[in-house]
Amino acid sequence: MAYFIQQTLVFMVPLMIVALAGTFSERSGVINLALEGIMIFGAFMGVLFIRIFSDAGLTQAQAQLLLVVGILASMLGGVLFSLLLALSAINLKADQTIGGTALNLLAPALVMFMIIAITGSNTINTPSSLDFMLYRGDFGIPEGKDLNLFEQIFMNKIYLSNWYAIIIYIILSIILYFTKFGLRLRSCGEYPQAADSVGINVKKMRYAGVLISGGLAGFGGFLFALAAAGGASTADVAGMGFLALAVMIFGNWNPLTIAGAAFVFGACKCVASGYSYIDFNGDGIYALANLGISKYIYMMIPYVATLLILAFTSKNSHAPKAEGQPFDHGQR
Amino acid sequence: MTFIVLFSILLAIVIAFATYAIISTKKAKSSGNTTWLMKFYAKESTKTIISSLIAILLGLFVGCLFLVMFVGSDMNGRHVSGFDLVDALQLVFFGIFNTGRNAGGSLIYGWNGVSIGNMLFRATPLILTGLSVGIAYKTGLFNIGASGQYLIGTAAALIVALSIPSTVVNPIIIWILAFFAAIIAGALWASIAGLFKAFLNVNEVITCIMTNWIAAILVTSLFDKTTGPFNFLLDPSGDKNYKFVYKTAHNGVETLKLGLDSIFPNSQINFGIVIAIIIAILMFIIINKTTFGYSLKACGSNKHAAQYAGINSKFYITISMAIAGGLSGAAAALYYLSGNTEFTWSTYQSLPQVGFNGIPVALLGSCNPIGIIFSASFMAYLDISGLQIRNMTMYNEYISSIISALIVYFSAFALIFKQILSGKIKLFKKKKITVDDPPKIEVVMNNTEVKEEIDTKEEVKEGEE
Repeated sequence: MAYFIQQTLVFMVPLMIVALAGTFSERSGVINLALEGIMIFGAFMGVLFIRIFSDAGLTQAQAQLLLVVGILASMLGGVLFSLLLALSAINLKADQTIGGTALNLLAPALVMFMIIAITGSNTINTPSSLDFMLYRGDFGIPEGKDLNLFEQIFMNKIYLSNWYAIIIYIILSIILYFTKFGLRLRSCGEYPQAADSVGINVKKMRYAGVLISGGLAGFGGFLFALAAAGGASTADVAGMGFLALAVMIFGNWNPLTIAGAAFVFGACKCVASGYSYIDFNGDGIYALANLGISKYIYMMIPYVATLLILAFTSKNSHAPKAEGQPFDHGQR
Repeated sequence: MTFIVLFSILLAIVIAFATYAIISTKKAKSSGNTTWLMKFYAKESTKTIISSLIAILLGLFVGCLFLVMFVGSDMNGRHVSGFDLVDALQLVFFGIFNTGRNAGGSLIYGWNGVSIGNMLFRATPLILTGLSVGIAYKTGLFNIGASGQYLIGTAAALIVALSIPSTVVNPIIIWILAFFAAIIAGALWASIAGLFKAFLNVNEVITCIMTNWIAAILVTSLFDKTTGPFNFLLDPSGDKNYKFVYKTAHNGVETLKLGLDSIFPNSQINFGIVIAIIIAILMFIIINKTTFGYSLKACGSNKHAAQYAGINSKFYITISMAIAGGLSGAAAALYYLSGNTEFTWSTYQSLPQVGFNGIPVALLGSCNPIGIIFSASFMAYLDISGLQIRNMTMYNEYISSIISALIVYFSAFALIFKQILSGKIKLFKKKKITVDDPPKIEVVMNNTEVKEEIDTKEEVKEGEE
């Protein structure tokens, strides 16, 4: 059970944070198809900066500090990369779908070009001497003690970055729903002309939405590289960005439901990747492996489920009304 | 070296012509006459082509900046020198004509049948995926699902081509069957997104993304080494080790070369390129010269107006997506039925790039089937240039992917470029903004929008008659 939950978290946390990234952008009125690209770029920046700082002399003793460096670098990378989207979508009023697709094409090419330039191979890794995982010893739990479920999940083999992400997620969700800024941002995605008429600067709000989105998506990419890819950036995040888009729609652009959707998707991903190791009740029987269902079925579940949900809920889905439309002062 | 001289002469001629055009137009404007140049320039298609060219030039320029940025750095432990930069810049523009290095170590140029033939071979699927995206775009749909349709088409083509024994059936008939199987499979796959859009009003971008990944997983599972129902099509021999599907040549099914290999010796080219061009021309005729194509476009420009005029927009949206899928399927068939291309899809975590590359191809060709033939060739050319850059310099081939991605990014601005070209947006605004300046621009823009709407409505009425 503990294994199942921890493995689910590996996929759930990046999905949820990137889906929130999408929410911020779309709620401000800009479709962000570039999530995948931003994740790739963020993951690369995070890993690169960890390498740079560890070359500068930081070692395992400062591993948690390096982790923070990686997170900040990935956020910065995401913000920088999403500036390209903001520029094209907000200032130049270009087609947002095409702009996002362009960035999705650009990110892997750019990152691959730089990875090969730096390492000569197809991947860039965090230095192998570093381990960012926290073990039971770090929490003062002695080696011989049997761990209860809580300790297994929260105090053994964890990445602090996942918990940072969850805290950021909660804070940003509160900002989006319970602050003046959040209300203004959401109004720009629903009816920008009305927002404009009461003196809200729509362009600024949309910039804020896209850049926050970029920072979160970059962070999500780094989380994925760290936990799911073992600290490697390969110019590929296995379609997590697109999956996050699905999570966002599944969660109806609402942080609370997005968290739930991310759990469902994360569980499916986890089952698909390691269903033969999952032991729900600890009796040593791997129930899912015995069912004899092909792993491909589990892999397909999230996507098929999204399609079905879309089919049944398209009538009452609450997509921001003005998403995808460039803001035009003169329009009423 | 002679090549560079030729190129600069060409560039000089173009610049001279452009200056002449601008000056003569200004003169004619002041005297109130219209010259043929002004008429040519006033055409919508001229502006479209010019804005595509601007996107290409900007993409190339920024891409070259990347090359410049890395001068003096160590790549793979190999030092990038100024000579590498000069060579790489040459190869970005003329890579296709590169025939190696001479004794002095500088690049030499000439007719390179291998490169040009390979370029045309690579352009074959790109033309079709480009058409796939372009046709859907004409109906107002953004077909980001070309990759998934391509994969499904690949699976269908390979299964048909390899499971019918060529000892019983003539290989040419098998080829035709496989080709159509791919088209039908792709069309059915794409119509999922079409149906969702037409009847449930679900955004096609999202359904396409979902169906893409479902296709990737489905095709991987079909050819899974142990559990896949078609694992008997995997090549067990030595280094292939069940990782690749047999080449279709294994069953004697190959696209005919019809003498093209004598023009481009040692290259992969085959008759597929001709088929692709024929399909493009057919699409051009269907879109521009038939009632069917007219209805498709009407649904794209204004769904409600089309519906009002008696066009069944749901039917046309579904069928447009199905055609797009069929084209992607055909792309896969022409690529994999060539006989010497191998298919492996054990990596369900990625999608075939050729599907996504249909997007830049279509955008660059501004969704015009004839334009798409050229833009696909250009993209294939960039690919070949990238390989030449990897082989000849210290850079790696991803520079060409960077350039093509940049070109898509800039072609998203095509509308802006067009408005600048037609003077609706002034590039250099006067610094002192008068009070009535900004509204003026907006009024103009609004007017054109309204006008366009009226235009489509009128067109639709004509169509009804």
